[in-house]
Amino acid sequence: MEPTAPEYRSGTSTHSSLSPGAANPSRHPGAPRPHDNGLSRRRFLKRVGAGAAGVSILAAGGADLLPSSASAAPGAGAGSPAKPKASHQWCMVIDLRYCDGCKQCTAACQKAHYLHEDQTWIRVFTMEGESGNTYHMPRPCMMCEDPPCVPVCPVSANFRTDEGLTLVNQQRCIGTRICMNACPYQARYFNWTSPAPAPRQPFAQTPEWPVPQVKGTVGKCVFCAAMLPAGKIPECVAGCPMGVLYLGDLESDVAVNGFGNVIKLSQFLADNDAVKFKEDYGTHPRVWYILGHGQDLGSDSEAS
Amino acid sequence: MTSTTTTGAGTAATQGEQRQAGDPIVPRPDIRQAALRSIGKSGRSWWVIVTTLGVIVVAGVVAWIFQLRDGLGAAGYNDRAFWAVYEADLVAFIGVSYGGAVVSAILRLTKASWRAPLTRIAEATALVTLPIGMLFIIPHLGSPEKIWELVWPPYWNLSSPILWDFFAVSTYLLATAVFFYLPLIPDVKVAISGDGVPPACAGLRYRLIRWLYATVGRSWDGTTGQRRILHGALGLVAIMIIPMAVSVHSVLSFAFSSSSRAGYLETILPVYFVIAALYTGVAIVIVAVVAFRRAYRLERWITKRHVVRLGFMMAALGAIYLYLTFTEYLIDGYSGTAGNAAWVHQIVAGRYWIPFWFYFVAAGVVPLLLIAIPRTRNVKGMTVASVLILFAMWVKRLVIVVPAATEPLVRSAITHGGAVSSGVAPASQGSPALGIGGGVAWGTYHFTWIPIAITVAATAAIPLLLMILFKIFPVMSVTELEEVAQLEGLEVDVDGVVRVLSGATSERPRAWRTGSGVPAARSGPPLHGSGSGAGLKRGRSDKQLQPESSRAPAREGAGTLSSPDAGSGAGGTTIGGDGE
Ligand code: SF4
Repeated sequence: MEPTAPEYRSGTSTHSSLSPGAANPSRHPGAPRPHDNGLSRRRFLKRVGAGAAGVSILAAGGADLLPSSASAAPGAGAGSPAKPKASHQWCMVIDLRYCDGCKQCTAACQKAHYLHEDQTWIRVFTMEGESGNTYHMPRPCMMCEDPPCVPVCPVSANFRTDEGLTLVNQQRCIGTRICMNACPYQARYFNWTSPAPAPRQPFAQTPEWPVPQVKGTVGKCVFCAAMLPAGKIPECVAGCPMGVLYLGDLESDVAVNGFGNVIKLSQFLADNDAVKFKEDYGTHPRVWYILGHGQDLGSDSEAS
Repeated sequence: MTSTTTTGAGTAATQGEQRQAGDPIVPRPDIRQAALRSIGKSGRSWWVIVTTLGVIVVAGVVAWIFQLRDGLGAAGYNDRAFWAVYEADLVAFIGVSYGGAVVSAILRLTKASWRAPLTRIAEATALVTLPIGMLFIIPHLGSPEKIWELVWPPYWNLSSPILWDFFAVSTYLLATAVFFYLPLIPDVKVAISGDGVPPACAGLRYRLIRWLYATVGRSWDGTTGQRRILHGALGLVAIMIIPMAVSVHSVLSFAFSSSSRAGYLETILPVYFVIAALYTGVAIVIVAVVAFRRAYRLERWITKRHVVRLGFMMAALGAIYLYLTFTEYLIDGYSGTAGNAAWVHQIVAGRYWIPFWFYFVAAGVVPLLLIAIPRTRNVKGMTVASVLILFAMWVKRLVIVVPAATEPLVRSAITHGGAVSSGVAPASQGSPALGIGGGVAWGTYHFTWIPIAITVAATAAIPLLLMILFKIFPVMSVTELEEVAQLEGLEVDVDGVVRVLSGATSERPRAWRTGSGVPAARSGPPLHGSGSGAGLKRGRSDKQLQPESSRAPAREGAGTLSSPDAGSGAGGTTIGGDGE
């Protein structure tokens, strides 16, 4: 299995080449196979939206038809043939075999982003396995390739960067919370009250570094987007004492955990039968899980 | 109407007087007097009610200021209950506006002549409730100060259901305003050209209203051509407003169903919303009609029959809604997918069983019974049914919004996962009966006083705005009543008018017809001015003739219209001839 880099950016090829969930049906009996019949839910909506816009005079006035994805990340959406090459495509690998549920990733994240205690951008869920056992499952934002949270925002406050990160522009967010409704991973957190006090930051609040949070807007895991260009790994990855979390780059096909262990991404995922969470939702998440305790991530939200 | 026409039939004296005035429309002064009654001097009770409602509204605004200061968390929201009361309010209040507009539109399009005394109240209800519903966007938003972004095209995301919601509702508001405005044009002209109308208005208010009326009816002089144009425009708006209202509620439901949540991702949701809106809309029209009927003593024009007919409409819609609810829960419950089945279980037998079964009884079964049983099929019965429906359907909206929004999407065994599917209230985020805000908990949502106060305030704002609106504009459409009366009168006979406007064989018309003395006594006073508006008494009796003459030039068109309408038939000649 030697997937070439561009393949990763296409939802279809990523699945077929990398997701053993697809390659190994015995692991998830009854789980719907990831399918890409050419028109996903989001793309369908986008097309309907674009069509409606086309016939609508509202499209006049220079309004970008689909500012949600088209302008923020030109061509970054799954399946788009002509895409500008970004030098990174960020992803994450979570090796559940070693997660002991200490929640230090959550703590590190909250400390760095000055979050309230219930704003668990990376949340460690305690899941029940098929055999009645429990296991721990950290859940960051899945950085979906086809994120349902993006097209529903009325003011285009959500966008996807060409490095594959879904971010929230909190300066623009008006707080309708429809993205919280849309996200199948419950990965979005609202600032219901004033955000936790944060010291003065060296630079302004940006979608990449949303510190401090803005009252009345939605926040979520950003993969510590502001730190990545500086070659630093996200706080949760660095904070995990078990080396469970890996930050990966599909472009260069490497991933690294908090111990500094560098792995060859495609090899690692293939060797360990990595799966994605709720793959059948058509979101094409960019977070892979390595199972090991007989866990079952569930093909659908309720299967656990 | 009843009285007027019977007045015509019974008391020749009155009739003669009127006809001598040269006006082809017999019941005019009587109708006008009743329709304009609301504009008269406000009584004590009016002030008491308006002040009380005003205080409640102000309390709601204060509550919102608290929320603004403390954030939406103060309204009981949290990440596991991101949508709750305000979203239910949005749906419910925009929903009730549907009724007024569509009832009026459907009745217009089907040319149901019994609509005549109801259309104004129905349209006003739509006009008033829609902006109130739209205002719920403000407490709903986390950052209401950025609401302008919704009208800033560069920020628009045209694939967002919320944006289309906003477009649809705004368009609908415009249509509702037009729908209210159009029938008003000939009306204000009639009112203003009448006997010193608006009655019992003195000083500044009189001049203000007169100015307003003059502005609204500026270029109206009631010619045949103008009438045709107006009718055409009204027909067009009536046709347009129905799909528009359907789209508003459908798009509203898309905001919920663009999700993967059990209970939101439902194909039935748009239909569900549309029917619920109609259902509650008819209910609020009934409440408004009954209230203003009583307040302004319009029993003669708005009879039991009218209310019961609206009640039938409501019953049909209620039955459809019940059916849709049944379908949805049956199929979801049967589906076997844990999410949907668990969600249905939660509603029907789990955490939300009380509100759900409350809906079932109060807005499902009881209204149908009240309409089905002849003994309760009256004004009181319909009013009780409507009030029950309005409240229980609000609760039902909460049942639609809250359980689905609080459903955990990532199941975890220890905190909540297993518990939910087994139907036991999970202990996540501390949901004992008294929650974060000290309010009552609904799963992970905790009612606090703030959303309750805002909801109550919005409810109070409806009668408040209606009362103020009817201080300015006539509570019934004078011209429509007259037109129907005229049309029916020409086509059928005097009794026909009675039948159509008061509704078949209600007890009163019979009494009118037989005892000619009674109607004279009853209809005399308002006509001749001893009834209300003390200052008008003198004016009225002589102006009874005056208006006709003063209107004569303006009404020429109407006169000519009435003859073609009559097709030079017997009726036309009779009345016209009498007039000559
Ligand atoms: S996990 Fe949720 S918030 Fe993150 S990109 Fe996907 S839908 Fe959006």
